[in-house]
Formats: sequence, structure tokens, C-alpha cells
Amino acid sequence: MSDTLILTPNINGADDFYADLLAAHEGLTKAESDAYNARLLLVLANHIGERAILKQALAAAALNSEEEQS
Amino acid sequence: MNKIFEVPMYPYARHEDQDAGAPVRRKVVVIGAGPIGLAAGIELAQSGVEVVILDENDKVSFGSRAICFAKRPLEILDRLGCGQPMVDKGVQWNVGKVFFDDRQVYDFNLLPEEGHQRPAFINLQQYYFEEYLVNRVQELQAQGAPIEIRGRNKVAAIGTHPDHVVLDIDTPEGSYNLEADWLIACDGAGSPTRRMLGLDFVGRVFEDNFLIADVIMEADFPTERWFWFDPPFNKGQSALLHKQPDGVWRIDLQLGWDIDKEREKRPENVIPRLKAMLGDDVEFELEWVSIYTFQCRRMEKFRHGRVLFAGDAAHQVSPFGARGANSGLQDTDNLIWKLKLVMEGKAPESLLDSYDQERIHGADENILNSSRSTDFITPKSEMSRVLRDAVLDLSEHHEFARPLVNSGRLSVPCTYDGSALNSADALLDGPPRTRPGSSCPDAPLGDGYLLPKLGNEFILLTIDADGPEEIKEAGITARRLALSVKDDRTLALKERYLGDHESGVYLIRPDQHVAARRASYDETQFRAAIRRAVGKE
Ligand SMILES: Cc1cc2nc3c(=O)[nH]c(=O)nc-3n(C[C@H](O)[C@H](O)[C@H](O)COP(=O)(O)OP(=O)(O)OC[C@H]3O[C@@H](n4cnc5c(N)ncnc54)[C@H](O)[C@@H]3O)c2cc1C
Repeated sequence: MSDTLILTPNINGADDFYADLLAAHEGLTKAESDAYNARLLLVLANHIGERAILKQALAAAALNSEEEQS
Repeated sequence: MNKIFEVPMYPYARHEDQDAGAPVRRKVVVIGAGPIGLAAGIELAQSGVEVVILDENDKVSFGSRAICFAKRPLEILDRLGCGQPMVDKGVQWNVGKVFFDDRQVYDFNLLPEEGHQRPAFINLQQYYFEEYLVNRVQELQAQGAPIEIRGRNKVAAIGTHPDHVVLDIDTPEGSYNLEADWLIACDGAGSPTRRMLGLDFVGRVFEDNFLIADVIMEADFPTERWFWFDPPFNKGQSALLHKQPDGVWRIDLQLGWDIDKEREKRPENVIPRLKAMLGDDVEFELEWVSIYTFQCRRMEKFRHGRVLFAGDAAHQVSPFGARGANSGLQDTDNLIWKLKLVMEGKAPESLLDSYDQERIHGADENILNSSRSTDFITPKSEMSRVLRDAVLDLSEHHEFARPLVNSGRLSVPCTYDGSALNSADALLDGPPRTRPGSSCPDAPLGDGYLLPKLGNEFILLTIDADGPEEIKEAGITARRLALSVKDDRTLALKERYLGDHESGVYLIRPDQHVAARRASYDETQFRAAIRRAVGKE
């Protein structure tokens, strides 16, 4: 596995994935949705595992292009 | 019946120093007869260095504060001659349970590594801990060792000089002056010494209060550590239940920030809280109740000329992870052999600066760990609570989330990576846990163990390797301990000290930390390593 975060399109069936994501939140209150997002984030982070990638992901999500480089 | 913490253990007695015409000069004075001051005194006296311990009080810790003592401090206490009574009296446990809201989310077994003489940790009231240390002081006194504890001797002022300090001491019969070549300040988190010298104490104060109660009860809770996040009986907060000897149970209840401490401490307010937790039908008696605001702070430097700070006086951590007394014992373990060599003229005074470097490294590691635990237990923002709760909810269903649950990471000794006293690691790809700077892990040797054989002097440990019976260098003698992997059929010695190598030679410091290692003996290299380990390279 590469130790560089993938920031180019990588999901097969992007529209379907996005619909799944919205469906998962369907009918949830704001608090339930926040909790769900947090759990999802942790599940995905554990799957990635690699600290270097996780660091890059944390930086990428901050939308701060300088930090993305580091 | 009086509790042991209500009985004077070292009552005030007039000392001839109080009647001397001019202030008497002592070699080492320790301020504070708490766990750390007592340990410092015992180690000095065992090495034949004259020491006077002063305490404003004359009793052991009022109520139990520390209850959890880890393996490394127990090993240090073995060398101080009082590990055994502590282990005999202490409660051992391995199972922990984590609760969230109204349910148990998981349990764990610590499964401590085999092949160590001492358990991963024991639970023991701090007052017993101190009692056994005081007993050891008295035993040393009976053998003629140069140690005394002066009860109700309160240090009121300190004058510092390049080569000594002068103390103003208040006693029930008036005040007197005493001089000391060296002063070790073990006077606790509120250290008057720190204040009198105008020194800093910086860090974080956590905006939270905890009710700490020790209750005596005949209950059939098992000997386990139970930790609750957000339980029905303490909504939005946390709670801990832990067993101590004599049917005493430690209960911690998080109370939040905006409370009236005096009110919360009153039995009429404490008892309903405990009943809500334990159930209405459990009979209990309150032994001790207190309310703490936790903090993580340290001094910028632990050495100030002839004044050396150790224990809570130098650094304070919140108690999740049991790092207070445990790390303080590692302070004096690090300090005393260095001080002794400096006093004997065998090492330059600058060796004491390595105490600063090494133990600040240790304090920072402890502060980091306990700050993280505190941040998990007491989320500081809405989102940190959402993430924390997500971890707990997941931990019930998926194993992966359990290591993220942080209700305290138990104290382990720190490795002095980067210390100026270490020689570069020359056992290439050797086991990382015994790299220079590490505290030696124990290993079984037939019917005994490795650590007691190391004692508290410099050791040249050879494992299936040649070497001289002793090396004398720069006034230091390193005695050889020759072992073979065959001495340990469990192969723990090989795994911990050799890894894939066939042989190994270690230079071990008096505090049982590794100073240097190589695959075979090399006279020039080991002589240099000894000089380096005492600050002469
Ligand atoms: C609720 C709680 C739970 C804890 N749990 C744990 C745990 O499980 N494990 C752990 O390792 N640690 C734990 N700790 C921390 C532990 O109690 C402290 O780290 C430990 O007591 C520090 O020892 P010390 O000798 O440095 O200071 P102290 O025990 O505070 O002793 C200082 C001594 O100095 C004396 N003194 C003060 N001023 C003067 C003066 N002017 N003149 C003369 N004498 C003076 C005092 O009388 C006192 O005897 C806990 C603490 C708390 C509050």
C-alpha cells in the first residue's frame, strides 16, 4: 500500500456511494447524525490504520493547502 | 479505633541541633516525609550518606491518596528493602470492566507479561505505603544507619548559597537554623520550597472536580477495576470503583466544575451519591473523603544549584494512570546515585543536570499521558464528547475501538532516549526494549530473578560473552554479572536482552537503566561508556 493519501477520484459508483451516505442519515436527528458520522469516521480510520495517511487525511479535510503538503 | 494515619509515627523530639551555638551543617536534608522524601532518605542512608528528613507533620498520609503502585516502583522498593511487605499486603488485579451509560461495554484482562518477579501493579493505601517506608527507616536506624526523621519540623525559610543552603525551621519549641550541603525538596504539590525560592510551576489545571471516597464495605464486588462513563447514577460524568486491602474500596466520582467543594464533601451529600452508585442495600462506612481539582504541571527545571526537587514538588499529574507517586519514586531512583557520586567527588556536579534532563523527559511523558486520559474522561467540547461517545458505543460491538478507550494508561517507566549519559546503541537490531536509556526488564533465572542480582551499583552484564570480573574507570567500579541464555529456560532473558544475537554485553547504571550495550566486550568502548554515564565524556 502506498503511504500517500489518494486525493483523486477513487470510488467506484460515486453517485451510489453518496446516496448510501445520505440514506444512512435518513430520519436521524442532528445529534444522532453527528454520532453516526463520528462512528463512521472511526471505522474508516481504523481500516486505513496507517498513521502517515491519517495525518494527510486530517490535513486534507482542513482545506488548508499548505498543511496538505506537509 | 484509631486509623494508622491518625497516630504519630515520628513524634516531635528535641534534637541537639536545636541547642547548638551555631547552625549545624548536615550532608543532605530532605524536606517532606511523604513517599518520595522517605524513599530518597532510605536510599541515601543505605549508601552510607548522612540524611535528615524534616516534616511539618508527624503522621503518614491522611487518608489514602495514591492506591495503585506499578511494577517499576515495586522493583525500586525491593532495592530500598521494603518491596515485600507492600506486595504481601497489596491487592493484585488483572480484570477491568468498562461501562457506558447503563450497560457494560466490554471487559479486559491485562494479561501481564510472564517472567517478572513483581506484578504489573498492586493496590495499596498510601498510608500503608508510607508506614512501610517509615518502618524501613526505623530498621536502618536500628542498624546504625545515618538517618533521622524530625517530626513537626516545618521549614519556614531557605537561604541558598553556592555550596550549601540554610534553613529556618519552626518546631513546637521554637525555631532553629540548620545548614545542608544539599537539599532535596519533596514537599508535595504545594511545595513551600518552590514558593520560597520564587520558582515557577506551569501547566494545565483541568476545570473539573472529583470526589474521592474510600469506603469500608463487605460487598461481593470482584477484585476488578470498574470504570463508568456517563452512568445513570452520575449523569454526564464518570466514576471509578477499585479495591484496596482490608475491605476498603476507592470510589472516584467526577463532579464537574461549578460546585461548592465544602458542601459536596459533607457526609449528608456524599452518602446519597454513593448509595445511588452501590445500591441502597449495601452497607458501608466512610473512611475518608476528599475533593480534588486535577492538574498537570511541572517546574521548568528540577535542579536549582544545591536544591533538587523531586516528586509532586517538581511535577503534578492528574491521577488517571497512577503516575504521581510512581514517577516520584523514579525521580529519586535517578537522583540519589548521581548525588552520591558528586558528593564523593567521583563525578562532576554537572552530572546532576542529567537528573534534570532525564526526569523532565519522564515528567513530560507522564503529563502527556494523563492529559490525554483527562481529555477522554472529561471531553472539553461538544465534538470531543461526540467522538468520545462514538468510541465507547463502537467498543461494545467492535474490538478495534477498545484501545481508543482511555480511562488511564497505567504507569510504565520511561526510557531516557537521547540522554547524554547513554552510549550509542552498538547491539545492532537488538531488542528495542533494552536499548540504552531503558530500565532493565526483569527475567527469571532458575529459582531467582535478574533484577535483584543487579543491585544498585554499576554492573557489566555479560550474556554468553567474555569480559573482565570488574572494570575500574574514573573512580567507578563496574562488577561483572556473567549469565548465559541457558540460565533461563523460558528464554525471556534471550528475548529481552539478545534478540537474534548470540551474545551481549550491557553496562547497567545503579538505577538499573541501560547505559551501553554491544554484542561483545570491548575495553576501550566500555571504559568510555562508564565515563559517559557519570558525566565525564
Ligand atoms: C486522589 C489521588 C489519587 C492518587 N492516586 C495515585 C495512584 O494511584 N498512584 C500514584 O502513584 N500516585 C497517586 N496519586 C499521587 C500521589 O498521592 C502523590 O504523587 C504522592 O503523594 C507524592 O508524594 P510526595 O512525597 O512527592 O509528596 P507528598 O505526599 O505530598 O508529601 C509532602 C510532604 O511534605 C511535607 N511538607 C510540606 N511542606 C513542608 C514544610 N514547609 N516543612 C516540612 N515539611 C513539609 C508534608 O507534610 C508532606 O508529608 C494520587 C493523588 C491523589 C490526590
